[in-house]
Amino acid sequence: MEMTAFQIHPEDNVATALTPLHPGDVMLRGDAKTPSVRAVEEIPLGHKIALRGITQGEKIIKYGVPIGCATGDIPAGSWVHLHVMKSLYDERSSHLDVNTGAPKDTRYE
Amino acid sequence: MSERTWRAFARRDGKKGIRNRVLVLYTVKCAEFVAQQIVSRSCHPDVELAGFDGCTDNQYAVNLLISLIRHPNVGAVLAVGLGCEYVQPEWLSAIAEKEGKPAAWMFIQQEGGTAKSVEKGLHWVQKTLEKLRDTPRVPMGFSDLVVGAECGGSDFTSGLAGNVVVGRFFDRLVDAGGTAVFEEIVEAVGLDGLLIGRAAGEQAAREIRFTYDKALEYCRRVRQYSVSPGNFAGGLSTIEEKSMGAVIKSGSRPIQGVIKVSCPPPRPGLWLLDSTPDPYWMQFGITNPNDTEGLMDLISCGAHIVFLVTGRGSVVGSAVSPCIKITGNAETFAKMPEDMDFDASPVLRGACGMDELAGRLADAVADVASGTPSKSEALGHREFFVPYKYQEKQVAFPKACPQ
Repeated sequence: MEMTAFQIHPEDNVATALTPLHPGDVMLRGDAKTPSVRAVEEIPLGHKIALRGITQGEKIIKYGVPIGCATGDIPAGSWVHLHVMKSLYDERSSHLDVNTGAPKDTRYE
Repeated sequence: MSERTWRAFARRDGKKGIRNRVLVLYTVKCAEFVAQQIVSRSCHPDVELAGFDGCTDNQYAVNLLISLIRHPNVGAVLAVGLGCEYVQPEWLSAIAEKEGKPAAWMFIQQEGGTAKSVEKGLHWVQKTLEKLRDTPRVPMGFSDLVVGAECGGSDFTSGLAGNVVVGRFFDRLVDAGGTAVFEEIVEAVGLDGLLIGRAAGEQAAREIRFTYDKALEYCRRVRQYSVSPGNFAGGLSTIEEKSMGAVIKSGSRPIQGVIKVSCPPPRPGLWLLDSTPDPYWMQFGITNPNDTEGLMDLISCGAHIVFLVTGRGSVVGSAVSPCIKITGNAETFAKMPEDMDFDASPVLRGACGMDELAGRLADAVADVASGTPSKSEALGHREFFVPYKYQEKQVAFPKACPQ
């Protein structure tokens, strides 16, 4: 199956996976400047792929606006989520489980 | 798009309705069964139930009931009370009469119980349905139309397709002289600059600033933003990302100002609806408890038609104004064909452009405005929700402190 991702704004540094992504070429739809990007790891459906290298502290741009900032260097083609970025407002969300989104700061004792 | 017209129902206040509903309103939970029996036994798609559980009244809830009575899609009102509640069915009926709408009210205790009350109500509804056949008709177009939009059960497609096509349609609606309303200020975190930059004037800018700050202050204080584990698992990484996916449904036109629940926009254009409580009751929660409340809030502001954008799928409809359900998820559309009205997914497949899709949505809106039932309407979904809440009628700027 062809792998595709959707770029909603031409200035964005991430795109959203429309299919599950594996290492390999991903076709870009929407307002993309280039026809494809090379995925370097597994990225789940609906999650974001870095369209270029993003350095620590740099803003993550989607819809042409900042949706958070990088907490580490993000190589092009890799998965952009809670493990490498955080909200500029919601401090709690960067501590959630990266796969399930479940809270890790509430004790179940 | 501005070309299409349809035959509407003329109201005394000059407004135009796309439906001619008989609204059976109960004024306390104790009267709900009788009111509901009147509706179901009338077996008519234009007879609908709404009401307030009470018994203690609340200005916000009463305003909401009154907004439904005055709504242009409503042609007649029957208010059904038990007989000892705070909310007064007689006064609600009087408001409908002033609007030139056939109206009646009753107390179940005075009528002598369930069977007699249902009988009397049913008789009145049947007579009224005949009367409503003579409601004057007038031509109506997009410039007369008020459309509201909210999203619920969102997934990654909502912010890429469903909400985007609504935004593009809203631009066209506003350009055609119509009115568009969007809500969910708690899902606009990080976007204050963007929203205020779109304010139509200084007053609108002040209203948006105040409303945004009120919502953000609440979220900060309780350390809770309108984003959940399911959202993160689905690929959203931050509240800002979710917010932009939601705000994009407002399109790109200037924002005329902020309106409150039950207060229709004073003039056409794009408006932000603030449905959050005003500060001193803020501890009671700020986000809508369910999608139906959001739809009711939009309808209370005079929306003739409401959009519910849902990636994961939803089955709700709404009393008074038809609900058009939009999804950007092809799988959801295929899985729930009798519930979902509009498929926005072709734009993600590259099968059509956003402008073409917005044109198709405009056609769907004109069809529903012309009388074609929406999917939920045809199935008989007529959900409503009238809660207790504290809210001012205008943007509640804080009073200046004496120095």
